[in-house]
Amino acid sequence: MSISAAHEGVAAIRRRRPLRLETRLAPLIWVGPAMALIVVVVIWPVVIMIKTAFQHISPDGFILGWAGWRNFVFLWQEPDLPGILLRTCIWVATVVVGTMLISLALSQLFNQKFPGRRIARWALIAPWAASVMMTSIVFRWALDPNNGIINVVLHDLGLLQRFNSDASDWLGTPDRAFAWMIVVAIFVSVPFSTYALLAGLQSIPSDVYEAARVDGAGTWRTYLTITLPLLRPAFIVALLINVMNVFNSFPIIWEMTRGGPGHETSTTTTFMYQLKESYIGESAAMSVVNFGLVVIIVLLYLRATVWNREAA
Amino acid sequence: MDAVVPATDHVIVRKIEDPPRRRRRWPIHTLIYAGLAYIVATIFLLPYVEMIISAVRPANEMLDRNFLPSHFDVSSFLNIWSTGFGHNLRISLEVAGGSTILVLLVAIPAAYYTARQRFRGRAFFMLLVLVTQMFQPTAMLVGIYREFLSFGMIDTVSSLILVNAGFNMAFAVWILNAYFSAIPQELEEAAFIDGSTRLGALFRITLPLALPGIVTALIFTFIAAWNEFIVALTLTTSQAAEPLTVTLNSYIGQYQVDWRHLFAGSVIATIPVIILFALIEGKVVGGLTAGSIK
Repeated sequence: MSISAAHEGVAAIRRRRPLRLETRLAPLIWVGPAMALIVVVVIWPVVIMIKTAFQHISPDGFILGWAGWRNFVFLWQEPDLPGILLRTCIWVATVVVGTMLISLALSQLFNQKFPGRRIARWALIAPWAASVMMTSIVFRWALDPNNGIINVVLHDLGLLQRFNSDASDWLGTPDRAFAWMIVVAIFVSVPFSTYALLAGLQSIPSDVYEAARVDGAGTWRTYLTITLPLLRPAFIVALLINVMNVFNSFPIIWEMTRGGPGHETSTTTTFMYQLKESYIGESAAMSVVNFGLVVIIVLLYLRATVWNREAA
Repeated sequence: MDAVVPATDHVIVRKIEDPPRRRRRWPIHTLIYAGLAYIVATIFLLPYVEMIISAVRPANEMLDRNFLPSHFDVSSFLNIWSTGFGHNLRISLEVAGGSTILVLLVAIPAAYYTARQRFRGRAFFMLLVLVTQMFQPTAMLVGIYREFLSFGMIDTVSSLILVNAGFNMAFAVWILNAYFSAIPQELEEAAFIDGSTRLGALFRITLPLALPGIVTALIFTFIAAWNEFIVALTLTTSQAAEPLTVTLNSYIGQYQVDWRHLFAGSVIATIPVIILFALIEGKVVGGLTAGSIK
């Protein structure tokens, strides 16, 4: 079958009208396996997830029947839910804004010509290439109240009085733990964003800058009126990819506090995981809510990328 | 003549110009940029330096409050193998290797065909790929778990291969599609005229030319599957079936953390991956942003 499909390209050149069956089957042979993989691994789980959200399933996994909207009602009645939703918004907003601002500055810096630029850029990829989970574990270790390296530095600088104190136990209180998680999330998000913006900067033709120089525009004016507007497509794409990654981020919170104490450092993603252990129906309901948000982000992304293509 | 060998001319000119350029001193603002960039680069490397230092700290100095231990002790790298770590390392290799092979097997034909042919459903397929690239398994974890539970595939390497391949295929399709599109169709048509089939032309002409794209897709998929954590945490229940990320996670107990082995294992799992990633660094952004940045 695939050999006859292989001949199709030649046949198309020789004959005006290729065989109907072949033209119809050829895409299936070439693209079919990829389609099948997407259906089995990406689409079908969504169907099962939505179905599960309306099922009554016992903690040991037996399906006891349909639950209607009860899983959603249980989820809605969770006393911790408002805090988790608020924290998820803060999480996504602060991490993404922090990442994009730092990346804007770093992409300018790494776009300059200086000796050793290539090596400096290589160093920047480490957090991007390494497993986020392992990076998070290093930060947890570095924040250890007894001997964490961050506490050692703060102590040497005179900013921390005593080890093993409340002040050195960063992950012990929800607010400070959450603040550190935001730092770690920005840390692992900056490399990709910087590279994406660097690619955007390099696509700006240099004659535009020369024209600006001839017109006597200063550095800042050039940046604000030329660089930023031309960087917009790359910026929006990097921003939306970040929103998606940060919203779905699990390992940072999981490795540093497991979402605790209680659910006081959880986002909707880690909360969904915690619910899965015992209330899979409610967990599926949480997933459906999360998935709804994911779909919105994807739609924004599609709009942005289609917009880019039309502009190009 | 000039037009035929511009590259050689260029090299010769550069060679002549190079020495005076090196002798010239860099302007002060360039040195400031360089200094700043080196500081930033160091900051981004620090956690991994700390990872290595902690892995070679002697056991009795683990709780010391200093930057460097009195001496280095590599015993954690030697006795980690007696904990069954090697078995989990092999599972990670199988999952990452299997996912990579599966991705290349399905993405190469799909990317090639979409680059060469206009067919009904092409736009839909490309849109679907773009959408799956944005999706992450986390959002549909419950569905993935229940699906593979019903298949009886919990604690299997093949379930992890399927999920990792499914969610990383989009990157490979995009980057390969860009490479295949850039290879002139005339090259293949010449092979057709010489009696080659489409498959023959693909293997003899197109694939070798697209090799940089294939290598990028290969390394990217391998690293993504190697680093994957939450799906493996969900789809495995026994230590014998866990890849490295889940094993290392289990070193964090309720009351105690086996830091030395944790960091020795992390170094083994992380450093090769950072080096591999450095090889494809320049090409990854294009694949991830799906050609939206030109």
